[in-house]
Amino acid sequence: MLKDIFTKSKKKKYATIPSEAAKQDVPEGIMTKCPKCKKIMYTKEVSKNLKVCINCGYHYQMNAAERLQSFLDEGSFEEWNGGMVSKNPLNFPDYFEKLEKDREKTKMNEAVVTGTGTVNGFQVAIAVMDANFRMGSMGSVVGEKITRAIEKADELSIPFIIFTASGGARMQEGVLSLMQMAKTSAALKRFSDNGGLTISIMTHPTTGGVSASFASLGDYNFAEPGALIGFAGRRIIEQTIREELPEDFQTAEFLLKHGQLDAVISRLDLKEKITTILDVHAGGEVKWLEN
Amino acid sequence: MVGELEFERPVIELKKKISELKEFTKSTDVDLSSEIEKLEERLEKLEKEIYENIKPWNRVQIARHPDRPTTLEYISHLFTDFFECHGDRNFGDDEAIVGGIAKFHGLPVTVIGHQRGKDTKENIRRNFGMPHPEGYRKALRLMRQAEKFKRPIICFIDTKGAYPGKAAEERGQSEAIARNLFEMAGLRVPVICIVIGEGGSGGALALGVGNHIHMLENSTYSVISPEGAAALLWKDASQAKRAAETMKITAPDLKELGIIDEIIPEVKGGAHKDVKKQSEYIDQILMKSLKELVKISDEELVVHRYWKYKAIGEYSFAAEYVKVN
Ligand SMILES: [Zn+2]
Repeated sequence: MLKDIFTKSKKKKYATIPSEAAKQDVPEGIMTKCPKCKKIMYTKEVSKNLKVCINCGYHYQMNAAERLQSFLDEGSFEEWNGGMVSKNPLNFPDYFEKLEKDREKTKMNEAVVTGTGTVNGFQVAIAVMDANFRMGSMGSVVGEKITRAIEKADELSIPFIIFTASGGARMQEGVLSLMQMAKTSAALKRFSDNGGLTISIMTHPTTGGVSASFASLGDYNFAEPGALIGFAGRRIIEQTIREELPEDFQTAEFLLKHGQLDAVISRLDLKEKITTILDVHAGGEVKWLEN
Repeated sequence: MVGELEFERPVIELKKKISELKEFTKSTDVDLSSEIEKLEERLEKLEKEIYENIKPWNRVQIARHPDRPTTLEYISHLFTDFFECHGDRNFGDDEAIVGGIAKFHGLPVTVIGHQRGKDTKENIRRNFGMPHPEGYRKALRLMRQAEKFKRPIICFIDTKGAYPGKAAEERGQSEAIARNLFEMAGLRVPVICIVIGEGGSGGALALGVGNHIHMLENSTYSVISPEGAAALLWKDASQAKRAAETMKITAPDLKELGIIDEIIPEVKGGAHKDVKKQSEYIDQILMKSLKELVKISDEELVVHRYWKYKAIGEYSFAAEYVKVN
């Protein structure tokens, strides 16, 4: 069921958004149609607005490169473990071919990019998932890279920020994928016990094993407006309970109402709001307390 | 003047008269300055008389004043960088309690408080500041977070009580309140509680286990509302005024009983007359409290809180008594 959402949204959203390479001279996607309000806009204009519809505020998906560029201070990003690639532990037919295809499509080695950078001057460890690579699914590499980023944040005593976007565990790596949920959660527990700060920002979509592990374990859990977030897929729930689910089911707003999120934050305010949190956590000298 | 209370009417009327006379002298050549002076002297005396001898029932009225400043109003005056955090990560987000992180004169803190609405619409959304279990669980979540990041916790208390409803019981209202009392007792960071309006019973106490407890001069803190007490004691809710006096629910009463640390003075006639000025009064006490508490170690803060509550209670031992065998 999740698969449907992906293919559907991909067709809708990505047909008109130019790829990183095509951005400079936009030959095909000069205009773009908002899937929510149907307004036709200049693609360039939408891109400049951090891929948020200027008319209705609809948040288009961002790829990892766009995310890093929009969120971190210019030129501050330094990647960690960029060369880590998957094996095929279950000898799953076509797995390598599928990975290769996605590598070509996304210019990424895996579904997550990790590293360090600064947010208005505050240094952070960061992990950004990309739903364009194997639906952002978590296999051994995603689990290991995220775990290493958490460990590095612990070592450097800096906050850990993760942008999640994932369909869940990677089927082709079977139970090894499942165990990445435990591995990443254990890393976060150790980091937390050492006083580490984790901020999770859930983007469209964050589901399954990822929503049921690190995505939900931030000291602060945020989401972008309209993001789909949930454990089980909508159709499976409907089939199980034989009931139609409300329209807003498993949206960021639905989660906020049900106590799961600290806030839903528009992408346009995101950097500023996260800076406030980093700033409060950084503390600083307070002279009046001394006397 | 909007929202004036019965007991202060003489002051309001005299003020009105003075301003009328002043208006009048502007438009004519008649010199009334000596009369005005006399009236202003009288006003000063009258204000002193009325506002320095506020009766318990009048304090209840001030505490319940619809314009009484709420937690969020004080937050906006007292703190910078306030970032509100929602939800208990379990069932819901109870808007009868607000909380988040902020800075107090540069010091990172966690702020939590009951939140009433300012109008009917907001009051419905915030359930008139009467929390459900998820509200208390959100508060506890934020307190634990404060403890992890070693931030002092400041709680504003302002509720008629925990919401008495079916859903609240189903989700464990008692457990939620009890859990907060239990966990707050063990917090290894300074906890400062300030009663800003009504401190209604267990629903108030669930944000109220602190190292320091302060009360605004015209706030109340009680085990039951005056109306409830009157109904129980004398089977007559109209005796609320009498109950307000008997039950010892005002800030001076609680100070005398040794329950609170400081009475925070209010602007003349009540906090609602000048929120900014009132915030300055709170600011001073808060600074003083924090200076004192940050010097105490984590373990000692817990011990300090323990003995604070251990010391509350009155009892004696009988010389002779019937032994149970
Ligand atoms: Zn739109």
